[in-house]
Amino acid sequence: MVKLNVNSKSHDCDISNDMPLLWALRDILNLTGTKYGCGVAQCGACVVHLDGEAVRSCVTKVSRAEGKKITTIEGLSLNNDHPLQKAWQEIDVPQCGYCHSGQIMSAAVLLRENKNPTDEDIDNAMAGNICRCGTYPRVRKAIHIAADMQRKAENKS
Amino acid sequence: MSDSNTIPNTSRRSFLKLAGIGGTAFYLGVFYSDDASANVINPDLPAASKIEMNAWIIIEESGKVTLVDHRAEMGQGSFHSVPQIIAEELEVDLKDINVIFAQGSKKYGGQITGGSSTIRGSYKNLLKLSATAREMLITAAAGIWAVPANECFAQSGAIIHKPSGKSLHYGQLAEKASKLPTPTDVKLKKRADYKLIGKGIRRIDTPLKTNGKAIFGLDKRIDGMLFAAVERNPRLRGKLVSFDAAETLKIPGVKKVFKIQMQVHSTLRDGVAVVADNSWAALQGKKALKVVWDDSGFEHLSSPEIAKRKLDLLQKEEGLIVKKEGDPSKIIAAATKKLDVVYETPYQSHYAMEPVNCIAHYQDTKIEIWGPLQAPDWMQQHISKTFSLPAESVIVNMTFLGGGFGRKAFTDYCHEAVVISKEIKKPVQIVWSREDDATQGPFRPGVSYRGEGVIENGEIAALKFRMAGQNIDHWMSDKRGKPNGSTTEGFLAPYFESIKNISFSDIPFETPIPVLWWRSVYASTNGFAYESFMDEMAHEAKADPLDFRRKYLKEPRVQILIDKMEEVSGWKSRKKNEGYGVAITECFDSTVGQIVKVSKKRTGGIKIDKVWAVMDCGWYVNPDIIEAQIEGSIIMGLGAAAFHEMTFTDGMADKKNFYEYNMPRIYDMPEMEVHIIDNDADAGGVGEPALPPFAPALTNAIFDLTGTRIRKLPFNMDEVS
Repeated sequence: MVKLNVNSKSHDCDISNDMPLLWALRDILNLTGTKYGCGVAQCGACVVHLDGEAVRSCVTKVSRAEGKKITTIEGLSLNNDHPLQKAWQEIDVPQCGYCHSGQIMSAAVLLRENKNPTDEDIDNAMAGNICRCGTYPRVRKAIHIAADMQRKAENKS
Repeated sequence: MSDSNTIPNTSRRSFLKLAGIGGTAFYLGVFYSDDASANVINPDLPAASKIEMNAWIIIEESGKVTLVDHRAEMGQGSFHSVPQIIAEELEVDLKDINVIFAQGSKKYGGQITGGSSTIRGSYKNLLKLSATAREMLITAAAGIWAVPANECFAQSGAIIHKPSGKSLHYGQLAEKASKLPTPTDVKLKKRADYKLIGKGIRRIDTPLKTNGKAIFGLDKRIDGMLFAAVERNPRLRGKLVSFDAAETLKIPGVKKVFKIQMQVHSTLRDGVAVVADNSWAALQGKKALKVVWDDSGFEHLSSPEIAKRKLDLLQKEEGLIVKKEGDPSKIIAAATKKLDVVYETPYQSHYAMEPVNCIAHYQDTKIEIWGPLQAPDWMQQHISKTFSLPAESVIVNMTFLGGGFGRKAFTDYCHEAVVISKEIKKPVQIVWSREDDATQGPFRPGVSYRGEGVIENGEIAALKFRMAGQNIDHWMSDKRGKPNGSTTEGFLAPYFESIKNISFSDIPFETPIPVLWWRSVYASTNGFAYESFMDEMAHEAKADPLDFRRKYLKEPRVQILIDKMEEVSGWKSRKKNEGYGVAITECFDSTVGQIVKVSKKRTGGIKIDKVWAVMDCGWYVNPDIIEAQIEGSIIMGLGAAAFHEMTFTDGMADKKNFYEYNMPRIYDMPEMEVHIIDNDADAGGVGEPALPPFAPALTNAIFDLTGTRIRKLPFNMDEVS
């Protein structure tokens, strides 16, 4: 039995310790927002947060996630209103959309660590997320928009 | 879970109930009157035409309007654009409607989402059926009020009587309206009066794609379903001799292992299916199998041999003539000076981010399918025929597609899911691993070309192209002996008016490798050869490459496109050999010109400074989606030009995952500037036509900067000097 805390909810899962977190989320807990793209930590479609850090869930065994706070795209915000989600919607970043759970989860860590990222910071942080549709120009633009929203919100409070 | 692809909150179940007998929703009937969608990429299936249909607009008693997207949504925007068209003439607000995917059915007059055909193939019909519905609602309201219909108008889902200000919403009128005779001559809005069409309205599917709620094929869940992975022959055909599943069956979750078999055109596909209660167990179980294959009876080719055979053919064979004006061969033979060069393009895998997958539930009297399908109607026909069930007993449901690029129009994976479900008598989702998706094909064929040309007094005296590459039709049906119908795809038709001696031929070429459409199909390789050669001819003629094209492309729309390219890129003010390249191609009724600017990196190699793209796609719906498609096409074109190729060794595909099949990353993207031409021409395609001109514009720019002519793709930009 593996105990997983996902999006602030605790789950007891009858699975082997070496199952990658990706498949536990998708096939056991039915949280299908986290995507399978390569299975070998190459594409970034499966990025989730483990205690706030971005990890590739396709190569993260559930044993490593036990006792940690797991956040998936479904848990990033309550109302689809994280600054990144709002920025993504503002300029229609996704095309097919398959990679964007991972794109947003990677960007969320960048924005937490760096309130005012440059193009180069964004390129470095997002280099591990492949988009076959080629939405990269908008990914970069939306991260700038989200950073701006975040700074404005912080100045107000 | 299964309902969240409906926007915003009406479940598919409630829709089906509403649409049922005695329910409270009504279809408004109109006739499918033209067959504009017939000109798509599969020539084998019968063209659907003259089908009476009424299935795009559903109105509930409450006034809720549900619009149906009959085409696949794989990023190109049909889930938004189809409703944007309907809403315009129907007079409903996009924020108030639901959108659902159609099931596979002939009543939509063709659902294949390929050949960039969704808008260009459907828009006239969609406008007409929407306006017809609106007029019937107006007539119904006028009848209720006993007022002349011309005193009434439609607005935001209601009919309003102008003099009195009375209004009734569509839900109060739909039943009465649906019983009226269908008018045949409704008046469509003028383009200048559009409120929605032509505007860059935000996509209605975006919010679903920012919080994980969009249901892609791989996300679909059906009660009681199992998961399956299949080990297939790495040589893409050949018989299964035996398998040992002892290790597989030890994996927790693995339920059953068995042989499957299916005919895929000329290929017999044997496989070993591993069924489990989760995807991971199925994929691990597949890896643990020990399988013996009989690989006799077909050639095990490697890429260098494939390339050599094509090059030999191009030197020895004239090929089958596809198009010919004058006698270019005679002029070329007599010329003292001529260009005679060869271009090579690679095989490619589709590598959609979502690997191929599908759910099937085989029952004795019915088969139901859910998946990322580019052609639900083809799937329905194929499964109906193969499993001897009437079409109406094969229910095909679309999900969002995590990319398609042509691969997900092919029926094999859907068929495979049905075969497995039939064996286990349960619903099952087949999951192709990334490695399966990458290496099992079908692939874009790698095509090689020979261009010969003569310049006399600065003019093209003769132009001759031969192509040698696998013909998709030859693999899919028995069309051997016929030339490739797409030999001139990508090449602008006006050239045939102005070049007096010109010919194109196709040299038939076969290998055991299965081949299939890949975004922009043959234009994706033709464009590179033809537009590179046009550049070489311009150089030979000592002409400016853009002016050279302008001289031969006399068609007014192309002239306007060239003027625009020149204007936006600052072409005339560029300096000599500053690194500018141009290419223009046409496919699926749209013309796209691109100008690429390159420079040398300090560390060696070449970088792209900027890409200007100008598209003439005629009538269009959403310029922001078009811009996104052009950006995406350029980046996919960049990948195919300078990052990846599929190679084969001893009959097996080599590049199994992203660590071997490199993709452009965010830091590789060039600056892009997109322009769309406004005119009154009929709609052209959008999803594909911006891909073909990128590679030649890039290599032409590299020639301008360095004098190095790149004639073989892919090439490494870091190694260009």
